[in-house]
Amino acid sequence: MKYRIAIMAALAVTWTGSVLAQAKDPTIAGIEKYREMLGDDNPAELYEARGEILWKKAAGPKNVSLEKCDLGLGPGVVKGAYAKTPRYFGDAGRVMDIESRINWCRETIQGFSTADIVKKPFGSADKPSEIEDLLAYVVTASKGMKISPPNSHPKELEAFALGEALFHLRAGPYDFSCGTCHAVDGMRIRLQELPNLTKTADAKGAYTGWPAYRVSTSRLHSMQWRINDCFRQQRFPEPKYMSESVNALITFLAVMGEGAEYKGPALKR
Amino acid sequence: MKKINTTVLAAAVALTTFLAAGCATEREHHASPEMMKKATIAVKRDFQEKGIAKMDRVATDKLQDICNRSGDNPSPEMAAMLESEQTTTLKLPADGNYMGDWKAGEKLAQSGQGLTWNAKAGAPNGGNCYNCHQISPEELSYGTIGPSLLGFGKTRGYTSETQKYAYAKIYNSKAFTACSAMPRFGHVGALDEKQIKDLVALLVDPKSPVNK
Ligand code: HEC
Ligand code: HEC
Repeated sequence: MKYRIAIMAALAVTWTGSVLAQAKDPTIAGIEKYREMLGDDNPAELYEARGEILWKKAAGPKNVSLEKCDLGLGPGVVKGAYAKTPRYFGDAGRVMDIESRINWCRETIQGFSTADIVKKPFGSADKPSEIEDLLAYVVTASKGMKISPPNSHPKELEAFALGEALFHLRAGPYDFSCGTCHAVDGMRIRLQELPNLTKTADAKGAYTGWPAYRVSTSRLHSMQWRINDCFRQQRFPEPKYMSESVNALITFLAVMGEGAEYKGPALKR
Repeated sequence: MKKINTTVLAAAVALTTFLAAGCATEREHHASPEMMKKATIAVKRDFQEKGIAKMDRVATDKLQDICNRSGDNPSPEMAAMLESEQTTTLKLPADGNYMGDWKAGEKLAQSGQGLTWNAKAGAPNGGNCYNCHQISPEELSYGTIGPSLLGFGKTRGYTSETQKYAYAKIYNSKAFTACSAMPRFGHVGALDEKQIKDLVALLVDPKSPVNK
């Protein structure tokens, strides 16, 4: 709550002081100002702190913690695991992004049902979902590392190729694909700058920009959410949470963003 | 004199059309036709209806299929065929009048409402035009996916030809550019006849701020 008030105050100051003619999104300036005020702090840290407690706490029908969860670097290794996803997991027989993998552990280790997990994956400001807390904890443990999804197992290569194709698939009432908005340099929707996600320079920033704490919604959003919301703007029906299509798109974005240094959950408009 | 004016005008129109086409931006696209086919199958499996967004939306039509398979770059013959097919579906106003109220058109151009899964069923859709185009000079918050439409009527001439072209372009952009990034607003029923007329007025009415 304290955070929220501080952000709103910082934004209000910049908004009133901003010149409309300024091409730069006033909210970006607001966030910069807010960052200055807080130093390196980010409300995502609250999620991370809660996530660490959740990770280590016995829970679920089996009443065990997630500490034995294998995120790809071996059971119990959290540090650096996020930077090496999405990847193929032999025990599951498919490519998973980090969020799918954490949920896999909640199911297989803690005994939660799939129905429980997919019921309400995206939290709200006053009711954060547990997966978002866990996610914040896990991704933050890759701070300072380079994004390096393996992209070598045949299933990983297949996921990349499917993700790339889905990225360019035009359908729906507006004939939109992701590429309509994200495959040309320097485009904007209104004043919102659109990254060209088919180029590594922009893809690096976009990929490491999620999960993010969003000031406008006062909560942390995952990459699964980001893709979901862009499909909404694309006027598609809803992609199923953690489905092969969403994980393929995340694989495409991660490989395009390869080599970027991960700085921890971002702070956004 | 009249004759010369018309010729100059026709040349000007041709030139602007040429320039607009020349500026059409190439989108990066490397997926193979086979992978695009797999993607159409994947979305049928991995998506679910939500609100007004039903699953029929991921069933691609012929035009979308060809644009998808060719990376939005069909052969000139194929493009011409698609454009003529889309042209045959054009429904122009029966009264032969293309112009409505530019003020209502400006409101529509501003609105990004409609067709998302959280939109209300039956609520009128907006035009989303400012998401992609510069239009009235007062509005500085505009997107750049499409070309600037500032001075549209002034440069093209306040003629019924210009009105008709604007109407048809908004009704079905693909009748002119097969794989255009612009939606087919009339063709898919997103905008009705009155709404499109209001938008034409925004672009072609000499009183509209677009032409000031
Ligand atoms: C109609 C235009 C549109 C379409 C289509 C679209 N997006 Fe977006 N996308 C946006 C906008 C606008 C933003 C910036 C949103 C914001 O910051 O609020 C964005 C942001 C993003 C970001 C985050 C970029 C960053 O730096 O934070 C990613 C990643 C992304 N989109 C991926 C996709 C994918 C994948 C698809 C296809 C499923 C897609 N988008 C389809 C408009 C679109
Ligand atoms: C997703 C982006 C997008 C949206 C939304 C969009 N357009 Fe376009 N529009 C384009 C692009 C790209 C072009 C140029 C390529 C082409 O001719 O199709 C274009 C071209 C045009 C042209 C032809 C310009 C010329 O010089 O010949 C007109 C007129 C036009 N748009 C009007 C509109 C109106 C009115 C709306 C709102 C109802 C609208 N557009 C919405 C992307 C868009």
